Amino acid sequence: MALSKTEFRTPLARVSGLGSAKDGTNHWWQQRFTAVALVPLVLIFWIIALKLVGSSHAVAAAVLKKPMTAGIATLLIIIGLWHLKLGAQVIVEDYVHHDGLKFALIIAIAFACALIGLASLFAIAKLAFGV
Amino acid sequence: MESIARPLSPHLQVYRWQISSVLSILHRTSGAVLGMSTLLFAWWLIALASGPDAYATAHGFFSSLGGKILLFAVTWALFYHLCNGVRHLAWDAGFGFKLGTMVRTGWVVVVSSVVLTVISFLLAYA
Repeated sequence: MALSKTEFRTPLARVSGLGSAKDGTNHWWQQRFTAVALVPLVLIFWIIALKLVGSSHAVAAAVLKKPMTAGIATLLIIIGLWHLKLGAQVIVEDYVHHDGLKFALIIAIAFACALIGLASLFAIAKLAFGV
Repeated sequence: MESIARPLSPHLQVYRWQISSVLSILHRTSGAVLGMSTLLFAWWLIALASGPDAYATAHGFFSSLGGKILLFAVTWALFYHLCNGVRHLAWDAGFGFKLGTMVRTGWVVVVSSVVLTVISFLLAYA
């Protein structure tokens, strides 16, 4: 990239500040990274879920118990909720302009995603390892 | 800090509805719907792990008419967000910015998301 005549700072100096959010393109990149991972995960779990429609407790528990299913569900939950946390944060940043409320909502979203994720993972662990 | 009443750029309501903006709004809306539906998924998993009684309650809800309508809406939101997400990834990679291409891929996303949702319900209940 050519430097403009009025710009004395080098490209490195400009990017090292990482912009106003101070995390540069990290948020944007993580959103894409998780999106790419979710494409196959969603499609595979879609096939599993289709077979589970209308099934009894014993059948559903037996399917979720399998290492392959439990593994895919675990990845789907972790990556899906991480993708959700990033996306929901952007919605709040776009529409909520009161600083205090904005930060409170961003923190609440992160906590909610962590809680939903941990509860789901605990359920899968209980199914997979038995009690 | 004192704020100055500067003129603002025109916002959503002054523009004519068009496929680019509608699909963009739907991407965000479907994402929000999917976010809330993680609660349903977590509920189902926890019920399954808790035992047959809790599972029967969750299963009863998802088998009811209201539950099926909800699942249909969530399934469409999932496939819309998935298909349009792939369209977004293609844009990120630098493809598909021509106006005609953008409109065409938009309709492909709408049609394929509806088809995939209908196929899901046929496979699940037929």
